[in-house]
Amino acid sequence: MSTTVVRKVTGQIVLYVLLAAVAVAVLLPFIWMLISSVKDDRDVFTVPVQWIPEEFKWENFSSIWTRVPFAAYLGNSFFLSVVITFLQVLTGSFAAYGFAKMRFPGRDLLFTGYIATIAVPWQAYMVPQYVIMQKLGLVNSYTSLILLQAFGAFGVFLMRQFYLTIPVEISEAARLDGLTEYGIWARIVLPLSKPALASLALLTFVNTWNDYMGPFIYLTDNRLWTVQLGLRAFIGQYDAESAMIMTGSVLSVVPVLAVFLLGQRYFVEGIATTGVKG
Amino acid sequence: MSAAAPPVAPPVTKNASPGASAAAHQAAAKRRRRRNLLVGWSFILPNFLGFAALTLVPVIGALAMAFTQWDSYSTPKWVGLDNFQRLWNDSNFWAALQNTFYYAAGHIPLTLGVSLGLAVLLNQKLRGVHVLRTAFFFPYITSLVAVAVVWNMLLSPDSGPVNQFLSFLGVDHPPGWTSSRDWAMPALIIASVWRDMGYYMVLFLAGLQTVPAELYEAARMDGAGPWQRFWHVTLPGLRPTTFFVTVMITVSSFKVFDLVQVMTEGGPGRSTLVLSQLIFREGITQGRFGYASAVSLALFLICLVITVIQFQMQRRSER
Repeated sequence: MSTTVVRKVTGQIVLYVLLAAVAVAVLLPFIWMLISSVKDDRDVFTVPVQWIPEEFKWENFSSIWTRVPFAAYLGNSFFLSVVITFLQVLTGSFAAYGFAKMRFPGRDLLFTGYIATIAVPWQAYMVPQYVIMQKLGLVNSYTSLILLQAFGAFGVFLMRQFYLTIPVEISEAARLDGLTEYGIWARIVLPLSKPALASLALLTFVNTWNDYMGPFIYLTDNRLWTVQLGLRAFIGQYDAESAMIMTGSVLSVVPVLAVFLLGQRYFVEGIATTGVKG
Repeated sequence: MSAAAPPVAPPVTKNASPGASAAAHQAAAKRRRRRNLLVGWSFILPNFLGFAALTLVPVIGALAMAFTQWDSYSTPKWVGLDNFQRLWNDSNFWAALQNTFYYAAGHIPLTLGVSLGLAVLLNQKLRGVHVLRTAFFFPYITSLVAVAVVWNMLLSPDSGPVNQFLSFLGVDHPPGWTSSRDWAMPALIIASVWRDMGYYMVLFLAGLQTVPAELYEAARMDGAGPWQRFWHVTLPGLRPTTFFVTVMITVSSFKVFDLVQVMTEGGPGRSTLVLSQLIFREGITQGRFGYASAVSLALFLICLVITVIQFQMQRRSER
């Protein structure tokens, strides 16, 4: 009896130690980034690694704003992420209602088309997209990026998955009450699907914020740059200023981290129910 | 729900003759179907217009463009298989193809193994397990440029922390990582596994919830140890999830771009040049739309073939 208890307790301890070790290993790059961001440039690459800096250069965080238009980059990223998220959630949830709750000819074929394009790698059609945008004169504008990302099939798919779980009886009853389909969507289905809307909004926001390739292809004008592009250019210009680069990296992560911590429950939910990347 | 609606059908008028009522019924049904078609489409339309113009048309366009000669300044000209012939003789294409497969060969099994391992460990009932799950998910939401920057510094050949650690372990000549042709790809794979594992871990955790607890109990009663339970209960129970995750990781690793672009830009030399970078360089930087579309088609076909093979294998294993 007591040997099994001992074995169980040892097992638990081993598991904890193992998990703690793995967690530290995973988080080490973050910790290193945070520490380097308040170091002097010379101290970033000391041998051996200084895990606690001799002096904390907090001024890195105040001087970066004058070195690069970092505030503008953050603002641009924020603007793009909010607009794209709003449109994606709005058009996605609206279309999902049509796919999940209405019956009409052609519906299933159309939906198959949506699903099929999710499986096609974006890189395989980014050139024709670019040509279209070029012909429309939208390259180097936010309109191009907003158009490209606001009508994604992903949002439709995620919302439809959720709507399918809402019992048909609810909308049947609402129909008998005289609500139109639009009324059912706005007043019954949307309020019921808050968790799914939150998942979609969070996933879209974070994906847009972290998107590198889209802005990299479409935005050539420095004034339009997002945080990702700004940070990349900063690295090129100030190669030797390792500490300052880390400061910029930390600042690029903070907003998205805040969003993540606020809604992490929905995040995990959204990924677990669909698993599809945006 | 605002009001409690009666679940009964509205009263039907009884005095009409059966035939007339059937005709009226049919007409009503027809009206309803037409109304449904209009209303249904009206829901889909806002999204569909954007989707059709910017996803569907480009997908079809990519197929057609691969058979044309089209530069940003000329008008498209149908050239049949010329682009593919050029592709065949383009050493950059073969290098990119090889590198893409190399990346996938490292990224797929490692990400699968690590994320599955983490999910099994974090599926235990432990205090603070939620904090750990969040910690492992962190890298995935970190902006990619930051990931690339941090790993480039961590892997810095001379004085980076990783090589310092390797020297401490007694490695005489630690790798040059992104500055060396042989080690640049492993460096990319390490950074990408670190970034993606939390995402797939969440998928595996969701899958683990579907494995019935009674099966574990039964296995335990039969005297199965942790390893045996993993092999005989967990893995079979997770099969659908594993299949789905494998397909997802595979497709994502064949289209890798961002991390490569920021960490190595395809170098040194062309040792980390991947297919999607080649598409970008040819199509957008050089404006060779037709040729880039041929590379796109190759990338698309690779993804398609691998996905179909995976589906076939899945079907066979289910039988």
